[in-house]
Amino acid sequence: MSGPADTAWRVGSVSRISKETPSAARIVLDVDGWPGNDAGQHLDIRLTAPDGYTATRSYSIASAGPGMVVDLAVDKLPDGEVSPFLVDDVMAGDKLEVHGPLGGWFVWRPDAASSPVQLIGGGSGVVPLIAMLRSHHDTADATPFRLLYSLRTPEDTFFPEVLKDADVDYVYTRRAPDGWPTPAGRLTKDVLAASVFAAAEKPRVFLCGSTGFVETVAAWLVELGHDPRMIRTERFGGT
Amino acid sequence: MSHLDGNALAGVLSEVFTFDPTLARARCANCYSVDVLARAMVYVDGSAFVVRCASCDAVLATVMDGDGRRWVSLKGVSAIEIPR
Repeated sequence: MSGPADTAWRVGSVSRISKETPSAARIVLDVDGWPGNDAGQHLDIRLTAPDGYTATRSYSIASAGPGMVVDLAVDKLPDGEVSPFLVDDVMAGDKLEVHGPLGGWFVWRPDAASSPVQLIGGGSGVVPLIAMLRSHHDTADATPFRLLYSLRTPEDTFFPEVLKDADVDYVYTRRAPDGWPTPAGRLTKDVLAASVFAAAEKPRVFLCGSTGFVETVAAWLVELGHDPRMIRTERFGGT
Repeated sequence: MSHLDGNALAGVLSEVFTFDPTLARARCANCYSVDVLARAMVYVDGSAFVVRCASCDAVLATVMDGDGRRWVSLKGVSAIEIPR
């Protein structure tokens, strides 16, 4: 459904925008001619200033499957060129230039394979993993799925309505919910080992987050015996 | 400057090639390792992309936009294998 031949610049109309977290917005687009997309793909959004200056940024898609409705969740980078506009200024009815669906690598397709799937997301890196969880749920796929989600505080949770039906381990880095059994703190190798499918189960791993998060966790996974070829990563930069 | 990875090339290079560039396997001309472009390291500076080998850090490719044109160099790639 998402071969490169389907990839094109299209116009997306914002049908809904709402606050997702204190720093992020959920944006629902109706994209005329959108061919559907696989879980994990992204799109590019291009903004053009009156003087012709353009800025293009990639955003993961939180939805999957056929249809012309595309869900995004955009985290505002304080010194960003595109995300502050998308989070603070865009209104329902606005039109955006979008290019996609893009990327066939960081993608999960329903397959009921015997090897389980381990999702690991840091911050807004959970967005493409949300698409995988939705696709897994909507197609009643039998593959065992787990998500390890590192986030700052409970208020920073993306797509809680999707996560409530999933097998999720949360790591709160700044502040945990009241009564949480462990204090807030960064993900450690021990917590990682205790929260993901063991290497012996040969899980396929999808790991997405800031560059530092992805590289740290990927290195730990290899130290824990995971096959690097089974680990697919997507970095979104940042610190 | 923090880097990205080859997934970030999907948009800019799909306007150049007729295949999904992130799934193409490229051979590094420096260290001869072969991997999908999605696993390469990508450094973005404005509208320029510098693509480096994840194994040896040599420059595989550069993509730069400006003046209504796009320049693509594949100087560090000795061969590409394209899914058909």
